[in-house]
Amino acid sequence: MSFVMGLNPMRTTGIKQLWRRACRFVAAAVAVVTISQPAYALIELDITQGNVEPMPIAISPFAGSGLQEDVAGQISQVVAADLQRSGLFRPIDPAAHIQQEMNVGTMPRFGDWRTIGSQALVTGSIAQQANGQIRAEFRLWDVFAGQQLIGQQFFTTPENWRRLAHIISDAIYQRLTGEKGYFDTRVVFIDESGPKDARRKRLAIMDQDGANVRYLTRGDDLVLTPRFSPVSQEVTYMSYVGGNPQVYLFNIETGQREVLGNFPGMTFAPRFSPDGQKVIMSLQQGSNANLYLMDLRTRRTTRLTNTAAIDTSPSFSPDGRQVVFESDRGGSQQLYVMNSNGSGAERISFGPGQYSTPVWSPRGDLIAFTKVHQGRFMIGVIRPDGKGERILTEGYHNEGPAWSPNGRVLTFFRDTVGEQGGPQVWTVDLTGYNEQLVQTPNFASDPAWSPLLD
Amino acid sequence: MSKTLFARGARFAAVVAVCLVAAACSQTRPELTSGNSSVAAGSGQDFVVNVGDRVFFLNNQSSLDGAARGVLDKQAQWLQHYKNYSITIEGHADERGTRQYNIALGARRAAAVREYLVAKGISPSRIKTISYGKERPVAVCNAASCWSQNRRAVTVLNGQ
Repeated sequence: MSFVMGLNPMRTTGIKQLWRRACRFVAAAVAVVTISQPAYALIELDITQGNVEPMPIAISPFAGSGLQEDVAGQISQVVAADLQRSGLFRPIDPAAHIQQEMNVGTMPRFGDWRTIGSQALVTGSIAQQANGQIRAEFRLWDVFAGQQLIGQQFFTTPENWRRLAHIISDAIYQRLTGEKGYFDTRVVFIDESGPKDARRKRLAIMDQDGANVRYLTRGDDLVLTPRFSPVSQEVTYMSYVGGNPQVYLFNIETGQREVLGNFPGMTFAPRFSPDGQKVIMSLQQGSNANLYLMDLRTRRTTRLTNTAAIDTSPSFSPDGRQVVFESDRGGSQQLYVMNSNGSGAERISFGPGQYSTPVWSPRGDLIAFTKVHQGRFMIGVIRPDGKGERILTEGYHNEGPAWSPNGRVLTFFRDTVGEQGGPQVWTVDLTGYNEQLVQTPNFASDPAWSPLLD
Repeated sequence: MSKTLFARGARFAAVVAVCLVAAACSQTRPELTSGNSSVAAGSGQDFVVNVGDRVFFLNNQSSLDGAARGVLDKQAQWLQHYKNYSITIEGHADERGTRQYNIALGARRAAAVREYLVAKGISPSRIKTISYGKERPVAVCNAASCWSQNRRAVTVLNGQ
């Protein structure tokens, strides 16, 4: 019995470096596994079709020794929760597992796993190292082929156990779907507390599953619409600091904040360019809002639109060549696509109702939006050429979609009616069938996804 | 030069006219404003109670209707008289729109009020504007009656 299992010669260095190495190791291990795969009899999940039947998968509770017993069980639970929430997998209740008490070295009795209808099996072990770190190993098995698909190990500090679980989930997701995962990511959002007519809003960040909420501002100033940099641990957002609403840049690691540019009016609705080097935003002057681009290195600003209208919510295509935005230049809010130098704007939304908050998928194939029609607020997607509009969710108030880094899931906020009502963060996948609430400590709005962490 | 003098003269005439009207309404208090007499004339409370500090808008609109123009005419007269105040016009939207657009819509409403007051002779240097979009509702029920109260522009006095 031989396993594709790399050894990772770790030295005691900073957590971040360790994680970079761990991630590189993931890539290497996956590559090795891929090469060793024969082209037959392997389970695969096609997620390009609508309404996929979730794949039954067994995640055997990870084995732990001594101190790590609790952590081991929790890691396998987080993996199961990640996979379940994706809507693509149906983890089988561990109580129904016939083969119990497995560790990463236990050979599966594949017949037992087939009996309970499992197509894939995950096993793992967590062990305490002498230096205080933990070693985590896991394997993904194809139950029908009786074959290992992935074998990997990681070293990290015990506090990092949730990230470890998400990295394992991503590896499983990628191996079985052929697409990159999105579990080892974070979401920046606005935490909302207090009564509806005196809301306190704080910039906050959490893991994509709602864990590890951390507050980045104290709530003294109104803050809105944070967006993650695609390349760094930075966020751009709008703040009313000093009673002067402007777009800011915030460094999550250092906590430093700086105003972007010296504009003669309110700036809002910021978003990074795909290379992270520029921020596109609206500038309000009198009755009109126009779009501007600011180069973060040279600090030069370029005006992109010049209309007697409200042009806002700009979002770049992933190749950086085009920008989608909303404008009421034609009388009501509609979506327009223009070249990134501001030329050639063309309307792409023509259905009944108002279209707003467009955001271009990181895959480039779709634009997500909020649509308001007859008092109903919907989240939908449309192709950049204006064809193929689909509504994914619809109700009293759904607003502000943002894409997962793999372009398969949207996060947005849903508000509820009345004085006690408030927004919560949800996700919906591209089929529209899999809606999930993200549990947050308070009301929460304006979610935006980070890229995959490194 | 002579134009400026004339403008000043015109403004003075307007104030005098208002004083006369006010005096007619309230014989015992020959002051600018009428109405609640327990409120000190020229105070912030006077402005809110006797003049009216806010105007309202139709859904997705920023145009001023007759009622709004009436309130703003009174605001302009009051501000002509009490020249030591500067003002901030706060533009707001209701919750039944998307966030970014509502920020711009609130700004558009504040701009409409600003333009009107400037046309009525209030110096632009006394006026600041800010938009809160849908972030600062005053009425929180889930009904058209509440949403219409939130679609507003509020003139806030900035200290004497």
